[in-house]
Amino acid sequence: MYPANLYYTKDHEWLKVEGEEAVVGITDFAQQQLGDIIYAELPPAGKDLEAHQVLGSLESVKSVSDIYCPVSGEVLGVNSELSQAPDLINKDPYGQGWLVRLKLKDKAELDALMKAADYEKYLEGLEH
Amino acid sequence: MKKTRLNAVHKEAGARMVEFAGFEMPIEYKGIIDEHLAVRTKAGLFDVSHMGEIIVEGPEALACLQYLTPNDVAKLSSGKIQYTALTTSQGTFVDDLLIYCLSVPDKYLLVVNAANIDKDFAWVKEKATPFRVEVFNRSDEHSQLALQGPLAREILQPLTDIDLSQMKPFTFAFGQVASIECLVSRTGYTGEDGFEIYTLAENPEIIWKAIMAEGEPKGLLPVGLGARDTLRLEAKLMLYGNDISDKTTVLEADLKWIVKFQKGDFIGKAALEKQEQEGLRRKLIGFEVIDKGIARPHYPVFIKGEQVSEISSGTFAPYLKKAIGLTYLPVEHTEIGTEFEIGVRDRKLKARVVPTPFYKREKK
Repeated sequence: MYPANLYYTKDHEWLKVEGEEAVVGITDFAQQQLGDIIYAELPPAGKDLEAHQVLGSLESVKSVSDIYCPVSGEVLGVNSELSQAPDLINKDPYGQGWLVRLKLKDKAELDALMKAADYEKYLEGLEH
Repeated sequence: MKKTRLNAVHKEAGARMVEFAGFEMPIEYKGIIDEHLAVRTKAGLFDVSHMGEIIVEGPEALACLQYLTPNDVAKLSSGKIQYTALTTSQGTFVDDLLIYCLSVPDKYLLVVNAANIDKDFAWVKEKATPFRVEVFNRSDEHSQLALQGPLAREILQPLTDIDLSQMKPFTFAFGQVASIECLVSRTGYTGEDGFEIYTLAENPEIIWKAIMAEGEPKGLLPVGLGARDTLRLEAKLMLYGNDISDKTTVLEADLKWIVKFQKGDFIGKAALEKQEQEGLRRKLIGFEVIDKGIARPHYPVFIKGEQVSEISSGTFAPYLKKAIGLTYLPVEHTEIGTEFEIGVRDRKLKARVVPTPFYKREKK
């Protein structure tokens, strides 16, 4: 459910580091909470985002949720498949349902994120 | 938090549970879109045991209900059902409801919204004082299941001794479903053909499981409150608290067809007659969002930059695949095709008044 090679945030985003770049998406828990996703509003390429800044929003049948940028960086591109098939986020949140690719600004910011085991503990806390 | 007698069945089926009107209810099982489409194309099964059941009984029950509601209860013979309202002296809604005629003129069942059970019961009891009737709140004893969709009849028929082919819309009959005594009506809140099944039995899960076993091979899904809301909105069925309330009159809600001025006096009659003579200032309309985005309840509505109202209901409509909703607009802006704007967070979305219901099933 929560791959060990990813970093996680308290707002239920994940981040996967690939060299100087990173891919960002939402966790399986987040997609379950949102339910069927209808629209993904994502930032334009080239946009500089600070950590915790709103990266975009996801609209499901029932609600709309902001997505926050886990770390600072420049948007290199977004998942263009999502405009046609936003349900990829529900079906495959860690794979085909990724949201944006970032150029990392400061790798030290990764230390503030959770590892899978910590995130799972965090979720257990939320459920009580 | 109250639980319906089907609570364990929902949890077993993996439903996501939420609090609604004081009850722990399933919001979705497989997902709102799949459940919505199952009801439109095959069938869906709902637990709506949170709904309220109030009995009005006594020699003046008919006279009492004629006074409490704007529709003509005298039209009902035993076994018939009517959509109507409990109205205030201003012609606004205490609630909207179905009246089931159990016996003319002395016994009627009122099926009311879960969130309004206590309020309605107190209201009916108080207003019924001058009449020779007794009023009973039987909500806790009743379980209610709704089986909705084009395959509803085919799925239910093998399980019941009632001849469903003879049951017309807005009528009911007593009989057995899965060997349990029930009242079955051809009613619903989805815009599809279907049935609502009421029982006083302690074990309605037997009915639930029998229907699921019969229907699952045919595509039947259990459906939660999430899809119940999207289904009823596509069919433009009112939701109390969103589209109608004690602040909106029956005429403003575009429900003039439930107001029968010629039947005699009823609570709110004078106010509604006056409003009809003077003309409405605002009216409930259906709209489609033109821009990309979804209008949701309470989002502000603008005409020429000025806020005129807020969204009463709004969602993504899974069958129609567009964003739709309802709002009250000044009557001069209610013509089909009129465009207006909806404030969605930091943006304004264009929307357009469209004919309703948004969805109407094809009659065979």
